[in-house]
Amino acid sequence: MSLATAVSPSSKRASLGLLLFALALVLAPWIVGHAGGNTWVRTLDFALLYIMLALGLNIVVGYAGLLDMGFIAFYAVGAYLAALLSSPHLLQQFPALLALLPEGMHTSIWLILPLAALLAAGFGVILGAPTLRLRGDYLAIVTLGFGEIIRILLRNLDRPVNLTNGPKGIAQVDPVTLLGVNLGRTQELFGLRLPSVYLYYYLFAALVVLILFACIRLERSRIGRAWMAIREDEEAAQAMGLNTLRLKLLAFAIGAAFGGISGALFASFQGFVSPESFTLNESIAVLAMVVLGGMGHIPGVILGCVLLAALPEALRASMGPLQQALFGQVLVDPEIIRQLFYGLALILAMLYRPAGLWPSRTGGAP
Amino acid sequence: MNHPLLQIEKVNKQFGGVAALDDVSLSIEAGEIYGLIGPNGAGKTTFFNVMTGLYTPDSGRFQLDGQEYQPTAVHQVARAGIARTFQNIRLFNAMSALENVMVGRHVRTHNGVWAALSGHSRGREEEAQTRAHAHRLLAYVGLAGFANYRADSLSYGHQRRLEIARALATEPRLLALDEPAAGMNASEKVQLRSLLEKIRDDGHTLLLIEHDVKLVMGVCDRISVLDYGRVIAVGAPAEVRRHPQVIQAYLGAGAHV
Repeated sequence: MSLATAVSPSSKRASLGLLLFALALVLAPWIVGHAGGNTWVRTLDFALLYIMLALGLNIVVGYAGLLDMGFIAFYAVGAYLAALLSSPHLLQQFPALLALLPEGMHTSIWLILPLAALLAAGFGVILGAPTLRLRGDYLAIVTLGFGEIIRILLRNLDRPVNLTNGPKGIAQVDPVTLLGVNLGRTQELFGLRLPSVYLYYYLFAALVVLILFACIRLERSRIGRAWMAIREDEEAAQAMGLNTLRLKLLAFAIGAAFGGISGALFASFQGFVSPESFTLNESIAVLAMVVLGGMGHIPGVILGCVLLAALPEALRASMGPLQQALFGQVLVDPEIIRQLFYGLALILAMLYRPAGLWPSRTGGAP
Repeated sequence: MNHPLLQIEKVNKQFGGVAALDDVSLSIEAGEIYGLIGPNGAGKTTFFNVMTGLYTPDSGRFQLDGQEYQPTAVHQVARAGIARTFQNIRLFNAMSALENVMVGRHVRTHNGVWAALSGHSRGREEEAQTRAHAHRLLAYVGLAGFANYRADSLSYGHQRRLEIARALATEPRLLALDEPAAGMNASEKVQLRSLLEKIRDDGHTLLLIEHDVKLVMGVCDRISVLDYGRVIAVGAPAEVRRHPQVIQAYLGAGAHV
């Protein structure tokens, strides 16, 4: 028998894994909420938003092998679109519009989500088109710049016409209303008292499942194979007749669309958006989730998101009491320890698991 | 019965005053294995790059199957019907052997994003055909048992075969092989030779650009010899071998054989 690695995707194991994942997804808020209260369910909600983001970024970085350091820009585009379409901000700025819609805009989530996906995809193409001939580090720098440009634009588009309300951000974004149920309030459903964070959790979980489904289908399609071929060897891919420019644009657009959806949900969930939520640090955090988990491998990416979204919160919550118990006082600000551990975890992962914690068996690291 | 598949007329390519290709004309007939040989720096690689759209020729014309052929982008070459392999093997390493060949089917298939997301029956059918076709090609080049192996885990000789299978998947009218025997041992060369003959006998046309004179003389039906960017001899291996200019190009002036 040769030492070569056989790649045999066992479908039985995959479906068992899927079942366990679904179970975990349904039960997670109850377990976490029981143990730590609503703050922790809120952390889970954010983890789900990060999963959507990371799955989008995974298409660009993991499948097509294009290093994108400004991915949070698409999250911002989605968030601001949702904020503008479902807050009083635009109506306050343009009285003519207010006369047209005296009740407020209150755009339905069914309209906002597709619009956010489309607009973000459009921005993906705008970013992609001029950068497609760049590779590796050069592409990373340009995408990083793009992320910053979007954030700075949002910060400064309060003049001459106040579109984004500048650094103050946009408040009073409507919570999601789904089939007449306001997810922003505690609801009684089927005899269960469901606080807002639980309601959002299930909405986000449903969208994660949808995006997951799309990613799995794409990964195993003609398009997915073409992306991976480009990642592995762009020149050989061209020689096989792949229009690599078009395929890369497609990866940017689809990845960005998922980012846009996540951003729109974020805005409705928070009720508030400001440029501060879309800094370079956020782009790097999402990239870290993809890389730490395992580029190009969906289960790995999800693991990376859950770990990196939960770990800082866990450390933040535990470091204060721990120091109290050990030394009788808090010596080091828990916030600093949190960042220290975060950095340490990433360094250890890079040293000992460079392909990610849960890499694809066919390997994806470029 | 035979007709010219690829006709190249007076192709010129200069690099800063040096004529890398100087009025090169050749005609490859359908169903033959055509060899292009020449000493180092003779212009073989330049010719290959001009033919596969990497360089634009300064002048001259290509006709593929009677139609004007003028690639302006590398990815159009495979669609037009010329598939290539690489001198230094370039597979999609982290993908399985099967997936490598399936990527080769890309230009002859149509499934887009919608087919992937919706999973409609026509799309699924095409995907199943792609898979079956790729399995057949793997078996054809003798890699039937390796479908699920990572490309870079295969042996050197197997990787060469996989590259050929991937190129065949594009349904080429002309299969262009850039030094396929490079780095092969004697027994791998014998196997390569029989594979190339099988491919020809099944109706394909092959162009071989090769350093290994012995292999070329053994397997090719006709040969062109390039030297300093010019074609110095064309003909059957036996004729070319005796051609005085060829002997001179390979062995130097004044050599007697």
